[in-house]
Amino acid sequence: MGSITSTMILAILPEILLLVLAGLVLLLDAIWSDAEDRRRGLGWLTAGGSLLVLLLSLMFASPGGSNELIWGGMLRHDWIGFVFKMVFIFGAAITALFAMDVEGLGKRGEFYLLLLISTIGMNLMATSADLIMLYLAIETTSIPMYILAGFFKQDDKSTEAGFKYLLFGAMTSAIMLYGFSLLYGFTGVTGLYDLALAIQTGALNSGVLILSLLLVLVGFSFKISAVPFHFWVPDVYEGAPTPVAGFLSTASKAAGFAVLVRVLMGTFPALSGQWSLLIAVIATITMTLGNAIALAQKNIKRLLAYSSIAHAGYILVGVVTFSELGVTSVVFYLIAYLLTNLAAFGVVVAAWRTLGSDEMEAYDGLSRRSPALALAMLVALLSLAGMPPFGGFIAKVLVFAAAVDAGYVWLAFVGVLNSIVGLYYYLIVLKRVYLYRSEQEDVPVPVTRPYRLALVVLSVGIVLLGAFFAPWFTWTSGAAGGLF
Amino acid sequence: MVSLSWYLIFAAALFSIGLYGVLARKNAIAILMGIELMLNAVNINLVAFWRYGDLANIAGQAFAVIVFAVAAAEVAVGLALVISLYRRRNTVAADEINLMKW
Repeated sequence: MGSITSTMILAILPEILLLVLAGLVLLLDAIWSDAEDRRRGLGWLTAGGSLLVLLLSLMFASPGGSNELIWGGMLRHDWIGFVFKMVFIFGAAITALFAMDVEGLGKRGEFYLLLLISTIGMNLMATSADLIMLYLAIETTSIPMYILAGFFKQDDKSTEAGFKYLLFGAMTSAIMLYGFSLLYGFTGVTGLYDLALAIQTGALNSGVLILSLLLVLVGFSFKISAVPFHFWVPDVYEGAPTPVAGFLSTASKAAGFAVLVRVLMGTFPALSGQWSLLIAVIATITMTLGNAIALAQKNIKRLLAYSSIAHAGYILVGVVTFSELGVTSVVFYLIAYLLTNLAAFGVVVAAWRTLGSDEMEAYDGLSRRSPALALAMLVALLSLAGMPPFGGFIAKVLVFAAAVDAGYVWLAFVGVLNSIVGLYYYLIVLKRVYLYRSEQEDVPVPVTRPYRLALVVLSVGIVLLGAFFAPWFTWTSGAAGGLF
Repeated sequence: MVSLSWYLIFAAALFSIGLYGVLARKNAIAILMGIELMLNAVNINLVAFWRYGDLANIAGQAFAVIVFAVAAAEVAVGLALVISLYRRRNTVAADEINLMKW
């Protein structure tokens, strides 16, 4: 065992700082236990602290050009992991802003604590290079999420959401773990890259190999909400507190993809012929099913849930290609999707305070009650639909370009057809927001400061991603290069 | 000495029983017990593989220790969620917990 070097410490600097921040939140929560009003400040602390962590990490902890395994092979310090880490921390900061003015959530220190712990887990997921570390990181992410989904103890839907999420999550992670145990058992190693070597030299017979790959994919499909492990998504998004649903649909999904990409391309490159086809089929079913069921939704959170399933399908198209462009498109898509979907959920949280409902009828005439909120909704939904000049457009172009480049023309074709279906139901929501009238038009929908700040940042980000995509593209393709 | 394959068959059987329990049982507590069986099957696998493989490579043991620590945390959260559900609905039957569908 070598000694601990400064590179090793710097590589986990974001996690260390997040842990310090979590401790600070816990401490201040105890100190302010009598002061209801001041505890809202915990939200500002979490958001500001996360952004500070983001800034410090960008300055000191970026991996440069190195791709080394550190901490005894547990973590891999590379660009793709680093980019994902920054994305998760940003997502946590925005989620904290969204939660601040939600009753029963914003003044609870444990909410912010669990959010930060879950983010630490995601960070470790994106960088882990060992089965043991990977399992631990996935559970560090999931267990706080189960609690967050069931956070409203007095609400029937929230408790049900937490319970369903736990059952699905625990079952799929147990199945995945069984796959891990087979991989370890038949090769004797646990490192993701050592496993790749063992697989190439033929240490496993192909039956066991395919079986363990399938078992492992069950766990990952749950995380990224791909068919057939998507059943939990609409129920959990509908029942969970809305900021939590936003975080689940973006950061948690991105973490799942980070792991999926690393394991498929790092550990199973020898099987790329088999898994490419499998993932292509899953991608097709996922986007078609997600879009088809989204058409029938009346509740905005369920609509966003099915749309998030469909988006998992689009992102999987980038995974199928097994190329540098493919991984670039996956990372770019996930960044654009994080900004966009967080904005969409942010509008839903902000509107709920006045509307008191997540049904789509409640959104009638929103543009007259709060033009700014309606505009944020417009930006978010058009970006989700893949309209220029928003980030979602570039993301879709990249994913489909990668598919065509790798010879999956039919898959790109299916994806484009699906995007058109998607456009339809996003426009239906916008039609309600902009064209329908309601009786309560003279009742304005006030938007408090944290929402304004978060929504402005997200909307600007979406436009920036779409209009000036070159620097982002360089960044993400650098990340993808780090994987190969 | 009993050969490795017996342990693997036993673990696979235990895993299948657990999975069947999760999918078929209606009581939430029983479902959680099924998940525990699945995790324990994994532990048997890990420890058996370690014992019959390279004894100096303790990854299998370390993995098993981490698995049961995580399993304990998971079931603690699971039972807490079941209790909060029971307080609201007076039931732990999974098929009655169906406020949201489609």
